[in-house]
Amino acid sequence: MRAIHCSGLVKRYADVVAVAGLELTVTAGECFGLLGPNGAGKTTTIEILEGLTTPDAGEVEILGMRWTGGARGRALRERLGIQLQDTQLADKLTVEETVRLFRSFYQAAHTVEEVLGLVELEEKRSSWVGKLSGGQKQRLAVACALVSRPDLLFLDEPTTGLDPQSRRQLWDVIGRFRAAGGTVLLTTHYMEEAERLCDRVAIMDHGRIIALGTPRVLIASLGAEHVVEFALANGAATAPSAEELAALPGVHAVRPGPDRTALTVAEVHRAVPALLALVERRGAELSLLATHHATLEDVFVALTGRQLRDA
Amino acid sequence: MRDHPLVQLTLARMREFYREPEAIFWVFGFPIVLAFALGIAFRNRGPGELRVAVLEGPGDSAVAAALARAPGLTPAVLDSSAARLQLRTGRVALLVEPGDPVVYRYDSARTESRLARLEADAAVQLARGRTDPARVTDERVTEPGSRYIDFLIPGLLGMNLMGSGLWGVGFSVVQARTKKLLKRFMATPMRRSHYLLSFILSRLVFLFVEVAALVGFGWWMFHVGVRGSLGAVASITVLGALSFAGLGMLVASRARTIEAVSGLMNLVMLPMWILSGTFFSYARFPDTMQPFVRALPLTALNDALRAVMIDGSRLAELGAPLAIVAGWGLASFVVALRIFRWR
Repeated sequence: MRAIHCSGLVKRYADVVAVAGLELTVTAGECFGLLGPNGAGKTTTIEILEGLTTPDAGEVEILGMRWTGGARGRALRERLGIQLQDTQLADKLTVEETVRLFRSFYQAAHTVEEVLGLVELEEKRSSWVGKLSGGQKQRLAVACALVSRPDLLFLDEPTTGLDPQSRRQLWDVIGRFRAAGGTVLLTTHYMEEAERLCDRVAIMDHGRIIALGTPRVLIASLGAEHVVEFALANGAATAPSAEELAALPGVHAVRPGPDRTALTVAEVHRAVPALLALVERRGAELSLLATHHATLEDVFVALTGRQLRDA
Repeated sequence: MRDHPLVQLTLARMREFYREPEAIFWVFGFPIVLAFALGIAFRNRGPGELRVAVLEGPGDSAVAAALARAPGLTPAVLDSSAARLQLRTGRVALLVEPGDPVVYRYDSARTESRLARLEADAAVQLARGRTDPARVTDERVTEPGSRYIDFLIPGLLGMNLMGSGLWGVGFSVVQARTKKLLKRFMATPMRRSHYLLSFILSRLVFLFVEVAALVGFGWWMFHVGVRGSLGAVASITVLGALSFAGLGMLVASRARTIEAVSGLMNLVMLPMWILSGTFFSYARFPDTMQPFVRALPLTALNDALRAVMIDGSRLAELGAPLAIVAGWGLASFVVALRIFRWR
């Protein structure tokens, strides 16, 4: 069953095209990630799907329904849980009062106790929202989305700006929601988050989807599983050319960058000694050598030639 | 019942308000401070407080004694420079120079000074043996209802209804909009009408505290009574509060920033602070302006409140001003609903 389906989605703002003909299907029970740099059109897309922004063109179907006003629109909203990117909940209400307020908007809802338990905020229940940490505020925002017992949960950059521990706590919350059979659509610019949480991801850039698939398939599309990065101490004069690097055993692709060069390699144990030998022959000296498993970040860089964070 | 969205939204409004000490002061404290200060400054002074200087010199003590016998005057014998200084700065209303002729030195543009001159002259003439042909007695009118404070309290009540209606609604709406809270509510099945009604309901709850505080203070401190029925005062204040809540909604319907809405609020309120007869009668404005002044909601509200509190009018006699108040509220609310920016 399709939880979300949209096609031909277009949204323009003044002279910017935020979403440029987007097509997307999310199946029920799936956790789907929209991935991309700031300004890629993730938020506009998710807000169109949430029925908060009207697209200039295209069709949207959420849980088999189209967005309409009035009672039918409200009936659809009963089944959704939504967390927006930059909502600031009222500072002078307590956690419990805030949840109770959101709860009152829904026919069938979790009790306050249940939902505070889901996000592990029980001990903060009578604290003012203004006194919460960033991670706690974010969990409260998710609590307000979960209070409706949604079938479909929208999360727009739920962990942006959070410390690693808070991030992991939120991942647990999302994990529990999924384990209970919920469908999730989330946006993020953290690749690790997408790889960890999502069954499938769509990588967005300039309002389009440039890659779609499971994280494993997308990473495999690089043709090699590892990335070797290096930089030289004495600059360009002695640097090996891209052709020379590409010819090294096990190297699939070469991506020169401003401060370092990245090689996509299948077998680290063959590529690295060969690289070291080449560098030594040139009389150059390494100032950096690092290897990591290929990530979605590398997929993005391979597709756009830009780093995700500064794209 | 408690979990009805309207109840929860209204509770949230009220909590956000009473947990903000500044808001409490501006809505409840400030009008009382203002009433107190103005009530004291403009309290009905007996004529006994007119200070009069007598120039030092031959015959000064006789003149001073004559003036002291007059009930309205407090004479002081001063040397020339002190007397002139006090006259110039208004500390004394009149300078009497004993001699022949007796010279009265004063600024004839000052009502007080002219009054002092009349009183002083009567006292001086009496001391020199004048006899009055007619017998007279004085009856002072100082009963509640005719003093400045009696005029002021209903005006402050009206002004406060305007201020708290506009600020209370307008500010909160725009704050919810800038914090994207409005958009977040739009992502729930919440009914828009519930959201708007919650402002009205919370206004009505605070209204009772607000009105009771100001009217109670006026009665306790200055014995400002309500000559008409309390029910009529309550009805008029409720209507006024609703009307200004509507106006607040209109002012806040499009604004995206607190700065923008603050500017709009002042634009709406400033003319009414000045023109609507809160602190002084709007009859002082030229005739050509009167139709405009009378069409303002605060003018109509103040008129209605004064009619009930001072003159004891009944609601039925106040159709015209109440229609103006209601009309403004209704029109603002309808327009606000149409143009409201929900995100």
